[in-house]
Amino acid sequence: MNVNALLMDERDNVVTCVADVPKGAQVVYKKRGELCRLTAEEDIPYCHKIALTAIPKGGEVIKYGESLGQTSEDIPAGHWVSHNNLFSVPRDYDSEMVKL
Amino acid sequence: MQFWGYKRKEGRAGIRNHVLILPTCACGSESCRIVASQVRGAVNIIFNTGCSDVAANTAMSQKVLTGFACNPNVYGVVIIGLGCETVPHNKLREKIQSQTSKPVVSFGIQEEGGTLKTIEKAVRAAREMAAQAAMQQKELCDISELLLGIECGGSDATSGIASNPAVGELSDLLVDMGASTIMSESIEWIGGEHVLAKRAATTEIHNQIIQVCKDYEAHLEAAGQDCRAGQPTPGNKAGGLSTLDEKSLGCIRKGGTRPVVEVLEQAERPTKTGAILMDTAGYDISSVTSMVAGGCNAVIFTTGRGTPTGNAIVPVLKVTANARTYQKMEDNMDVDLSAIIAGTKTYQEMGAELVDIIHDVCNGKLTKAEAYGFSDIAVDHVCRYV
Repeated sequence: MNVNALLMDERDNVVTCVADVPKGAQVVYKKRGELCRLTAEEDIPYCHKIALTAIPKGGEVIKYGESLGQTSEDIPAGHWVSHNNLFSVPRDYDSEMVKL
Repeated sequence: MQFWGYKRKEGRAGIRNHVLILPTCACGSESCRIVASQVRGAVNIIFNTGCSDVAANTAMSQKVLTGFACNPNVYGVVIIGLGCETVPHNKLREKIQSQTSKPVVSFGIQEEGGTLKTIEKAVRAAREMAAQAAMQQKELCDISELLLGIECGGSDATSGIASNPAVGELSDLLVDMGASTIMSESIEWIGGEHVLAKRAATTEIHNQIIQVCKDYEAHLEAAGQDCRAGQPTPGNKAGGLSTLDEKSLGCIRKGGTRPVVEVLEQAERPTKTGAILMDTAGYDISSVTSMVAGGCNAVIFTTGRGTPTGNAIVPVLKVTANARTYQKMEDNMDVDLSAIIAGTKTYQEMGAELVDIIHDVCNGKLTKAEAYGFSDIAVDHVCRYV
């Protein structure tokens, strides 16, 4: 079966689907050259994210190896991650400054 | 690598040789449009400001207008003013002439006695300038004369996964050959600013990158606004971008991986060579406007959802990795990068292909937006675009 989702970094807990994936269908992505699979528990639209593992409410969604924000509800594995259950968290800029 | 361009006495070479019909203010814009339509080789700007402004807005307008006039793709400038605007045509002309030796003439509508008389004089001047511009021969220029603006707009999840990394690769290859690139849209660094800051050539630049984001948020907060309200846009969300952080982490990849040597204010001209950042709005039209005013002679534009935008002075090359968008909007898309998503090509391979495509554009190949004559412009104000 062809790959229909992309993993951007090994630390990520979501993959991005590059095809429409109907509920019950297999999501196939590559990790370290190996094919990995999981079942979509709901319809995932083209270009949208699916949770690889269960992410608890208030947990971080990781893509590109970085945090995209926090979840507003429990997201079980195989479910759709979108702007409806993920929100951005304000930055702490002062802590990012390097002392000169 | 070399390209056939138009050498200028000051600064970089042009890849186009336009006569620019430039209004001092909104009231001169329509006359400029009519003059440009009468003269082959002329392009015009529609300017939405220039009058009844606070000092900071006047300063920005002047920076953009003089920046446009000094852009290497401009052979000469015909200015049309009204007469009662904040900075009249003769003052703008003098300012431009203090920065460049290219031909500049100017007229005022009130002074000349109305639009028809002004248009007549301006058409004669533009015609003469266009005739001279047509005589200028192209010469071989080193690729270091290229200052490429890097933009994204109408993003979706394919932007950060594929088209932005490919353009980032292009930027790295160009910088390694001695060219310079500018990545802008500072609001779309937010959430990825800590990653971008790792590219800083110095500790000062590292902190500058963080500070730009901090100031942007504070600026909006002072007006009671939240930068996360407008970003991502509804189209971004439909395209799978859930938060500003996700959008930013994808956006910053279009700037590549080379050390950031300078952080510019919007519409400011670079003093360094290499990978450069500019603090602009995330609003793509405004960001491109600022980079063109800063002297970019070409712009590459990644999109996921698809956009028709173009600029009067600088060719805008549209690339997408969304196969559906390319097929649906082929009349607006220049390059299909969807092979990266399909897994048949890597973003590095497509980045290398983009070098040849940009090289063609430098040699004169028209982009689609350019062939249609599109000339979008949006000049930022003290209450900034987002």
